[in-house]
Amino acid sequence: MAQQLHVDLVAVEEKVWSGEAEMVVARTTEGELGVLPGHAPLLGQLAEPSQVRIKQAGGEQVAYDIAGGFLSVTGEGVTVLAESATPATPAR
Amino acid sequence: MAAQVRVLRQRIRSAKGMKKITKAMELVATSRIAKAQARVEASLPYAQAITGVLTALASNARIDHPLLTPRERVRRAGVLLVTSDRGLAGGYSSNAIRTAESLIARLKADGKEPVLYVIGRKGVSFYRFRDREMAANWTGFSEQPTFEAAREVGETLIKAFTAGADDEDGSAGADGVLGIDELHIVYTEFKSLMTQNPVTRIIGPMQVEDRPRSEGVLPAYEFEPEAEALLDALLPRYINTRIYAALLESAASESAARRRAMKSATDNAEEMIEKYTREMNSARQAGITQEISEIVGGANALAASGSEV
Repeated sequence: MAQQLHVDLVAVEEKVWSGEAEMVVARTTEGELGVLPGHAPLLGQLAEPSQVRIKQAGGEQVAYDIAGGFLSVTGEGVTVLAESATPATPAR
Repeated sequence: MAAQVRVLRQRIRSAKGMKKITKAMELVATSRIAKAQARVEASLPYAQAITGVLTALASNARIDHPLLTPRERVRRAGVLLVTSDRGLAGGYSSNAIRTAESLIARLKADGKEPVLYVIGRKGVSFYRFRDREMAANWTGFSEQPTFEAAREVGETLIKAFTAGADDEDGSAGADGVLGIDELHIVYTEFKSLMTQNPVTRIIGPMQVEDRPRSEGVLPAYEFEPEAEALLDALLPRYINTRIYAALLESAASESAARRRAMKSATDNAEEMIEKYTREMNSARQAGITQEISEIVGGANALAASGSEV
């Protein structure tokens, strides 16, 4: 993999997950969205309730159920803000 | 003599009991400070991230939101006061209350009507005892605040703030609810283990800082949904985060104040035990001396009378 995304998943009470990933999949109020390295800067409100999936190099995937979430994509990486985040059972 | 020794022994025993209790409370408070500080630490990433997102949003969108615009006429000002649920924390709660009282006096001098929102049993009983009206109060989480609690408080305050937008002089305006036009928060800042200061901050309307940017061009963000809708969703959350941060910091301050109060109580108990022990020893010694002199006196008398016989 040439490029990796730096992903931070922060909930109000603690930082939930942080690391490098290949792709982040989330659903905003406007629709499902996948973020790859080099994505244009974006601010989005996540749908309620929604699940954020983080695909890591090597095909591993972590998923979190998010309530009250926002997604921020910048040149440095992806930040997911959540009022609460709980690990979801791995989707598929 | 024997009676005095017994009384002193009783006093020492009760001072020792008190010392055990205050020492235990001191230790509990000490461990709570560390926990509270860890929670402040843990909440920082979110606070930083949401501030970053808001900054990006504010510099991209037109800022025109009721939570950001100062009202032309401020009639009612909300004051959120954070105190503790339990006592035995030195001047923690009374200092916060005093700061709130001086803020209220200042607001009144400016012709604004203060509206009270109180967190913590100590503050609630202070105002209840004085028969002063509170718009709302919450208790039960001052030592270990959760975000749930902060959100509940935040939602009540934001509702009151939005309701205040259409208030007329002395009447409730179109929506029939008397709201507030300004929102202050009084909480205790955690400076260090030894210093905690009650502070007053204004959290509504929020003040947007116009800072000249040092880095080059800002990235042109895409927004989903539009910037205005995003701002609508983000600002209340931001206020909740601010309240949550204030609650966490107050909890750390409360534990620190309690630790200090309990430490000096323990020291006092120790001093008292020492003083009473000394008194008891000298009383006992006096008793022994008296007994000996009585025996010696008695023996001497006997010897004297024996020689005469």
